[in-house]
Amino acid sequence: MGPSSQIDPTGSATAGRELPPQAADIAAELAGFRREMLRFATLHLRDQASAEDAVQEAMLAALQGADRFGERARLKTWIFAILRNKIVDIIRRRVREPAYEDPLNEIDEADFDPLFQGNGHWQRDTRPSDWGNPERSFENRSFWAVFDACMNRLPPGTARVFMMREMLGLETDEICAELSMSSNNCWVVLHRARMGLRLCLDQRWFAGSGGQAA
Amino acid sequence: MMNCKQATRLMSEEMDRDLSAGDRLGLRLHTLLCSGCARYREQMTFLRQACRQQVAAAETVAGDEAAAPASPPPSDPPPA
Repeated sequence: MGPSSQIDPTGSATAGRELPPQAADIAAELAGFRREMLRFATLHLRDQASAEDAVQEAMLAALQGADRFGERARLKTWIFAILRNKIVDIIRRRVREPAYEDPLNEIDEADFDPLFQGNGHWQRDTRPSDWGNPERSFENRSFWAVFDACMNRLPPGTARVFMMREMLGLETDEICAELSMSSNNCWVVLHRARMGLRLCLDQRWFAGSGGQAA
Repeated sequence: MMNCKQATRLMSEEMDRDLSAGDRLGLRLHTLLCSGCARYREQMTFLRQACRQQVAAAETVAGDEAAAPASPPPSDPPPA
């Protein structure tokens, strides 16, 4: 029998590891990022408690690695990179939980059939219409409220795959590996997410007066 | 000739992987002839822009707040 719960004195799992002297210098600055980090993490994890965990873990990792951080000007980029990794860690853990649902089963391909005629071409009234200069909506707060609402209407697993791709900027290979999905299934889920998000924005923003006014 | 349903699938996939030469050509022909799919493609690009914009906004506001004076000192101890 080997040692069971012996902790390696140099091991990184030890709680209360000493912080490098540089930590004190950047702690106050990091605290200033806290609220926005929390918002960013909540956006991805959709759960306040998990978001708090991610921010907490990122802050701690940053302080512990403070001696390796050279350029003060890049502090923001650095802390958000750490936060992204922590978010991916949490998503990876969730995938292993028994309650996890395969995103592929969340949206039925047939849900989008009413958009198309029998021959696979757009129906007359569902053919994508002109959105004008949609980038102008970026300056409109109401647009972002609708955008969030549309994102929240996507089933959770589908939204997660989409956000890993478009907001965390992961390649599909990485997403497939993290979520144990085939590439093809990953592409299918992304396609359904985009289809759903486009349709929601079309109906709730661009077709309404909001789009015209923007 | 591909139909619109197939074209939408490829227009999503081209954002995630390199399409085959045949698919690229087929899609180009289709979007030349189909204004609905041409718009769909622009709207896919817009979705990507919107996501990047949202991430950039979160990070920019973070930077602005850090520059503001009198931010409180960190008070949360790490979890035991």
